[in-house]
Amino acid sequence: MNRTGLVLVRIGVALAALVLAAAIAFAWLSLRRDSDWPAIADIGGPFALIDHRGQPVTERDYLGKPMLVFFGFTHCPDVCPTTLFELTNRLKELGPDADRLNILFITVDPERDTPQELALYLSSFDRRITGLSGPPEAITVVMAAYRAIARKVPLTDGGYTMDHTATIYMMDASGRLVGTTNHQEPDATIRAKLKRLLGGT
Amino acid sequence: MSQLRKSLLAMSILAATAGPAPAQTYNVGSLTIEQPWARATPGGAKVGGGYMTITNNGTQPDRFVGGTLPQAGRFEIHEMKMEGGMMQMREVRGGLEIRPGQKVELKPGGYHVMFMDLRAPFKQGEKLKGQLRFEKAGTVDVEYRVESLGAGGPMHGH
Repeated sequence: MNRTGLVLVRIGVALAALVLAAAIAFAWLSLRRDSDWPAIADIGGPFALIDHRGQPVTERDYLGKPMLVFFGFTHCPDVCPTTLFELTNRLKELGPDADRLNILFITVDPERDTPQELALYLSSFDRRITGLSGPPEAITVVMAAYRAIARKVPLTDGGYTMDHTATIYMMDASGRLVGTTNHQEPDATIRAKLKRLLGGT
Repeated sequence: MSQLRKSLLAMSILAATAGPAPAQTYNVGSLTIEQPWARATPGGAKVGGGYMTITNNGTQPDRFVGGTLPQAGRFEIHEMKMEGGMMQMREVRGGLEIRPGQKVELKPGGYHVMFMDLRAPFKQGEKLKGQLRFEKAGTVDVEYRVESLGAGGPMHGH
C-alpha cells in the first residue's frame, strides 16, 4: 500500500470511530434522559378499544380534533376522581368550545372496569369525557403507544390497587403530542394550555 | 315580651347560628382527632378516601391501625405518592405511627383511609358514622363529613 492509501485508511478509521462515538453518545443520552418522554414524536398511536357506550373505537375516530388522554381506573380514590373533576370544571368554563375537544379516560384496569362500570363512573363528570376499556391485550397496546405505565399492587387482605401514569397527554388534531399537564398544575395553567391546544387547530 | 328581651333573644339566636361551627374534635387516650371528612364518590365507585388530623399529646408513640365504616366492606390505611408522573399507592402495613407530640395529617395526595368495597356512594353533605382503632388508645367513634368530589380539605363552619 502506498503512502496516500495509508493516509486514506487512517482517515477512514478515524471517521468510523467518530461516527461510532457519536452513536454511542446519542444512545447514552437518549437512555439517560430522565424525563418521561423518550421522544415526543413517539407518543400516541393506533389502538382498538371499546368506549363506555359499548362501541368499538380506534384512534382514527378521534382524529380531527385536539385530544386529551388520561389513564386511570375506577378503584382509584384520589388522583383519578380529582383529575376528572378538574377537567369537568375546565370543560364547563370552556362551554361550547369544549365540544371541539376529545377527552379520553382510558382504564388501566380492564378486569374490573368494563364499559358499563366506566359509564356509571363517568356519569358523575362532564359528558364529553369518553371512557375506554377493552381486552387486556388492547389496553397493553394503547399504554405502550403512550409510554404509560401501570402495575398491580396486591393488598394484604386480597384484591389489588394500581400504580399508574397520571399525566394528561395533550394531542393535536393530527394525533401528535403537543404538551402535557396533570391534576397538580394550577387551574390557570391548565386553562391556558387548553386554550392554546384549542387555538392551534 | 319586652323589646329588650326580644332583641336579647334575637341576638342569642344569631350568636348560636351565625358563628362558625365548632371543628369536630374527638379525644381518645392521649390522641386528638380533628375534622374527619371523606370525599364524595363518583357513580358506582367501590372505593373512597377518608381524611383527618391526628395529634399525639402523650409521651408514648401510638399507631393508627384500622377502623370500620358500615358503608364500606374494608377499611385500610394507605399512602399515595406522585413520583415521576406515576401515582403510587401503598398500604401502610402495621399501622400509621403517631409519635409523641406529632401531628399526622391524612389528606388528599398523602396518607388516607381507603374505604373499600363500598355498599353505597358517599354523597356530598352526608355524615358517616364510623370507628377508628389505635394500638394503644383503643377505639373511638367519629363522624366524617362528606365534602364535594373535588374537595381538597374539610370545609369550615357552614
